[in-house]
Amino acid sequence: MIQVEGLTKDYGLRRAIDDLTFNVNKGEIVGFLGPNGAGKTTTMRVLCGYMPPTAGKASVAGFDIIEQSLEARRKIGYLPETVPLYPDMTVFDYLKFMADLRHLPEAEDRVDDVLEMVHMEDRSGGYIGNLSKGMRQRVGLAQALIHEPEVLILDEPTIGLDPVQIHEVRNLIREIGKEKTVLLSTHILSEAQQVCNRVLIINKGKIVVEDTPEELQARLAGGRRIAVRVAGDPQGLDQLIANIPGVSRVLGVLTNGIDFETDPGNDVRPEVARKLVASGYDLLELKPLGLSLEDIFLELTKEQNEEIEEREEDELEESEVGELEQDEKDEQKEG
Amino acid sequence: MRNVWTIANREYKLYFSTPAAYMIAAMVFLVIGIIFYANINYALIQQFAPSAEIVIGPLVTILIFASPAITMRLMAEEQRLGTMELLLTAPVRDWELIVGKWLGGFLFMLTIIAVTLIYPLVLNRMVDPGIDQGLLISGYLGLLLITSALIAIGVMVSSFFSNQIAVFFATLGIFLVLWLISTPAQAVGAAGGELLKFFDFSEHFYNTLYIGIIDLADVIYYLSITALALFLGTMSVETRRWR
Repeated sequence: MIQVEGLTKDYGLRRAIDDLTFNVNKGEIVGFLGPNGAGKTTTMRVLCGYMPPTAGKASVAGFDIIEQSLEARRKIGYLPETVPLYPDMTVFDYLKFMADLRHLPEAEDRVDDVLEMVHMEDRSGGYIGNLSKGMRQRVGLAQALIHEPEVLILDEPTIGLDPVQIHEVRNLIREIGKEKTVLLSTHILSEAQQVCNRVLIINKGKIVVEDTPEELQARLAGGRRIAVRVAGDPQGLDQLIANIPGVSRVLGVLTNGIDFETDPGNDVRPEVARKLVASGYDLLELKPLGLSLEDIFLELTKEQNEEIEEREEDELEESEVGELEQDEKDEQKEG
Repeated sequence: MRNVWTIANREYKLYFSTPAAYMIAAMVFLVIGIIFYANINYALIQQFAPSAEIVIGPLVTILIFASPAITMRLMAEEQRLGTMELLLTAPVRDWELIVGKWLGGFLFMLTIIAVTLIYPLVLNRMVDPGIDQGLLISGYLGLLLITSALIAIGVMVSSFFSNQIAVFFATLGIFLVLWLISTPAQAVGAAGGELLKFFDFSEHFYNTLYIGIIDLADVIYYLSITALALFLGTMSVETRRWR
């Protein structure tokens, strides 16, 4: 349904996406993961016909996004990151306007249908300017669904929603994904795990990994991370932990504890607790550290960097990771 | 064409739900009313029968100041709200968007102008044997043509910036330049002067339509300005995509 080949987009001198190639099949929900500024939004904008790519080509529902832009746009429902709404219109008028732009017959019935889908029937006469952020998000989603598009492109669809709404929206996406094609971007790994059939992780405009969420998790859960917090001076703690069988490496010593990684399939926590208490440390906390998207991401880019290292000697890794973090911080500030 | 109408319809209706549009309309009617009253008084003292010119003359000047306020939000607001992304990813051609915006603004201005017809009608009853109908028709035709061109330029400028204040003053600046460009005509020599006069908005109005002459050249002039501005506006939207 979505075919992307060598897609590249430059903003002036900065390359936002770099030679992206991927496919999304009919009836598939694909998650687009990556840190801020990785190129997720740019890719989606290019696919939706908002702006043309610098190089490469892409087609949606069989229509080339440049040559047959209008036809492609007819097949796409798009929810941008900043929900595009007119605050001085009522919910109903806004959706009716979108339905009219798409030449829907019996537009008013269709508006009622989508309002029901996003549970907003009771607010249809209210002004958009008076809605809460979660409601606006749902109106934006309704707008993307109004013409029953074959391809749904959602840029962070659950951002700003409360937990109940997030649950509802995810169910809705899963429901839609049975027949239609969905491409959604997210920061949240668990969201991708729950909703998507496949995950694309993108960094600096390049695809780092393409896999099912289960395999991705399995691949990365090879090592388990555990955090230990003690009262008082953690001196000598690293020695002690490193000598426990099953501990593969110490990740870092903090002022109040230590983080370490264990071999797979080996729960060392009881042993660690016993050793700590026996050695006179005041154990405050002992807990497994879940792998966040950030960890997975750092892990994956580290792998990438290690490959480079093999070719180009040492030193790259540190600076690359440092740069990454810096980039991320910068982007958050900008955002 | 259907998209043009959908967009125009939304814009037109939106004017009636925003206080700004009512304020602009109220200002137009207030100023026209005061000038009308003053002119009637003057005519009574001077003992002559006024024509529709006492309404059309001041109305043109007021429209030049009111139009930028009507058009400034048309494209700039879409940019600011982020709804430009919505319109540019909807199955709508760029020219349909621009023409729709123009039509919405033009129809609203037309509504304001239609209301001012009340003054010539009142005048018609006050003067014996009534006012010159031909002059009234050609004068109002001139108003429509000028409005069409002004709104088109306004939409074009509105697509350049996302700051409405910047749009307002840039638009007003262009209007005033176009309105006064022939002022130094005598100082720049025969050929240059003719050229300036050719581009002048007022030259195509006061010498012909205002005094009851409908010249095809003037009609074409205003329609060309409209078309050119809408074309440049469309180009501006297209280049926005490439940025």
